[in-house]
Amino acid sequence: MSTVFQVQNLKKSFGGLAVTQDVSISMAPGDRVALIGPNGAGKTTFVNLVTGHLQPDSGKVTLGGEDVTALGPTRRVRRGLVRSFQVTRLFSDMTPQEHIALAVLQRTGRSGRLLGNFHAMPDVMTETNELLHTLGIDHIATRKVSEIAYGQQRLLEIALALALEPKVLLLDEPAAGVPQSDTPRIEAALAGLPADLAVLMIEHDMDLVFRFAKRVVVLAAGAIIFDGSPEDVTKDARVREAYLGNYANASSAA
Amino acid sequence: MQTVFSVGTDALAYGMVLFVISIGLSVTMGLMRVVNLAHGAFAMIGGYIASYAAQTLGLGYAVAILIAVVGTILIAIPVERFLYRRIYGAPELTQVLMTIGITFCVIGLANYVFGPTLKTIPLPELLRGPVDLGFRSIAAHKLFAIACGVVVAAALWFLIEKTAFGVKLRASVDNAAMAASLGVRTKIVYAVSFAVAVGLAAFGGIVGAELLPIEPYYALRYMVTFLVVVSVGGAGSIPGALLACLVLGGIDTTGRYLLPEYGEFFFYLAVIAIVCIFPRGLLGRKK
Amino acid sequence: MASVETTTPATKTATGPNWLLRDLAGIAVILIVAAIGFLLFPNNLALLTRIIAIALLVLSLDLVTGYCGIATLGHAALFGAGAYASGIAAAHYGITDPIAMVGVGAVGGAVAGLLSGAVILRGHGLAQLVLSIAVVHLFHEIANKASYWTGGSDGLAGISPDPVFGVFEFDLWGHTAYGFGMALLVIVFVLLRLLVRSPFGMLCRGIKEDPIRVSAMGASVQGTLLKMYVISGAVAGIGGALNAISTQVVGLDSLSFTTSAESLVMLVLGGTGSLFGALIGTVTFMWFEDFVSAANPFHWLTIVGALLIAVVLFAPKGLYGTAVQLLDRFRRQ
Repeated sequence: MSTVFQVQNLKKSFGGLAVTQDVSISMAPGDRVALIGPNGAGKTTFVNLVTGHLQPDSGKVTLGGEDVTALGPTRRVRRGLVRSFQVTRLFSDMTPQEHIALAVLQRTGRSGRLLGNFHAMPDVMTETNELLHTLGIDHIATRKVSEIAYGQQRLLEIALALALEPKVLLLDEPAAGVPQSDTPRIEAALAGLPADLAVLMIEHDMDLVFRFAKRVVVLAAGAIIFDGSPEDVTKDARVREAYLGNYANASSAA
Repeated sequence: MQTVFSVGTDALAYGMVLFVISIGLSVTMGLMRVVNLAHGAFAMIGGYIASYAAQTLGLGYAVAILIAVVGTILIAIPVERFLYRRIYGAPELTQVLMTIGITFCVIGLANYVFGPTLKTIPLPELLRGPVDLGFRSIAAHKLFAIACGVVVAAALWFLIEKTAFGVKLRASVDNAAMAASLGVRTKIVYAVSFAVAVGLAAFGGIVGAELLPIEPYYALRYMVTFLVVVSVGGAGSIPGALLACLVLGGIDTTGRYLLPEYGEFFFYLAVIAIVCIFPRGLLGRKK
Repeated sequence: MASVETTTPATKTATGPNWLLRDLAGIAVILIVAAIGFLLFPNNLALLTRIIAIALLVLSLDLVTGYCGIATLGHAALFGAGAYASGIAAAHYGITDPIAMVGVGAVGGAVAGLLSGAVILRGHGLAQLVLSIAVVHLFHEIANKASYWTGGSDGLAGISPDPVFGVFEFDLWGHTAYGFGMALLVIVFVLLRLLVRSPFGMLCRGIKEDPIRVSAMGASVQGTLLKMYVISGAVAGIGGALNAISTQVVGLDSLSFTTSAESLVMLVLGGTGSLFGALIGTVTFMWFEDFVSAANPFHWLTIVGALLIAVVLFAPKGLYGTAVQLLDRFRRQ
């Protein structure tokens, strides 16, 4: 099994408090991994360590065979480690079309061009419109983002990540804040993600986890206590122990 | 040796005057997060009122100070109520423009009412001559300015560290929303702090009138200096402001004595260096 | 996928022709206003030329403040650097061809933009504002001290530009200077219109709204902003050079905090984030200044102050932004 993304023995502590203890995860292309854990388990710190917003005290992050531990967040993005945000971060004054075009231009090294316009670049236009179409938001392509529904913004957030052609996609609670009626559309979008893409999803919603993930990693008190199939996760004694303080029953916790 | 001593005392006096004027700005900026460019205007208003009271009405120095401080606060209250409250939490650019606008208005009005000439505040007999320290003598008004700085610093320390109001103030600076939910009436804390800040500015403007002469462009001329003090010291930090005033006063005064032809070159170079190295100020609080 | 009904990709958008039309209309308006100015104030062309020079400064400020969201009170540093660069080139090195002088001014402004951008972009919020102020004061002090090169507080004199293309001499009435300035303004305006809708312009707008999102897209925020600062410096430098050419002197006031603050006021008066807003703000402010300060310079300050407060309270989008908003509302009804 080839490995596209690997985290080895990652450690981080803040003033003596170890928030990430010896975490190791390895992912192959096409993996669908869900990272779960009770509140305060250190998921946010883990995301920040992986994306490069925090430097680990020790440990290694490898992307496509290259050690990226010393690289900053933007460099990691350029090498194919792309994230989405838990709370939508979009440019409220721009249209979905402009968002995707900007991402495509950035990926293809044209975002610094001082002249020209993406409307006049056929390849950018084609790719942008195709992507918007795939995600089912092409009918609002030219509305301002501030005027479109939150569910559509979440889809745009995913489209934006895909436009960067990632090798590894980090989805931070992709369905957070979306009304119940719109979750099927998000799930459909997740099901339609490219087959060779490695996806690591951080999620609270266990229904979504079970439907999406082929593998579940459980983080508790900064350490990995479980890494295995979704079928086994609820049977695991340590997982039950970690969750029971917070939830009566892990499988129904939403 | 003579030079070192006079540079030292001048720097100390200048630094202390800066401190008295800008400490209120530092506290309010730490508290309300308002970039207030009009702070110097209040110091100037204080100076004008004191000058009018002492020179035109012939009142005593102490009475003039009292009238000026109270008068400036009275002028500031409606300004806070109708203008400042509109920009709390607004983007920086908005705050900058509003407070520059207020400054321009004050300058224009001061010039209209008092004329373009320099105003003096006659010192009482006691502060006029030099004071013999045994080995050197020093101008009494400088000594007075230094003493005022020390007293203000001590009084503020007491107010903030030892009183119930200080507890509320510190809580509001740390986290206004949290303080409010704990029952602190932040609006009152804001209003009182603003009044104290303006009062101190007026006081500093009068005490420092010998060093920073009162004229209509005062508010514009020193606007930047006060802002620099807050930024270098760290908004909301009293020891930071004190340190910044002493450091900046020292650099500015030394530069003027030793290399007058360079003007304020070294002052601004130091500001850039300090702000680049300490983006939150020398003793600024971490986020 | 959940939405099947939407199969036609959206192509009906505000594309090329629409923009082109607006740009042409904009240039037409600029030229008409220029002609009216020429006809109404034939004896005051010096003022009109100065307005053009300052308009270039305000356009340049709009690039960093309006399009990138950087609040600066030190933008005159770039304008003054351009003015001194072209003035020194003319007075000390005999580069007196006006077009070459403009080129030197643009380069001088760009270098100043690089330097001050490198300093100002290190800070955020209050620190950024203070750094911008410190930078313009530093430039001012340097120009004051280097009096061999700059003439110090007396100003830099001895600038006598050659005729434009060797034909049009800079005359006493300022006809040539005015025409030269108008030509520069139109060229710069067209280039900036292209710039703000280029991929780079889009990236800058993105940074203004959410720098974290932009860096999560793999773009360098600091690098992009610095690049914009250099471009902005070139534009301001052209304005400075125009001022040096038309007045034939360069004074320390071109590098002053006051000029910086005034240009910010003009920008906000007209409306940030729009090139038309920058132009409208400059013309309104300068014309108003000339009109009022002739009567009483101190009332002028009071009025500017009141005007600023009024803009912040009642028209935060500036004259142009508010007009566009009103027009939109009118159309929708």
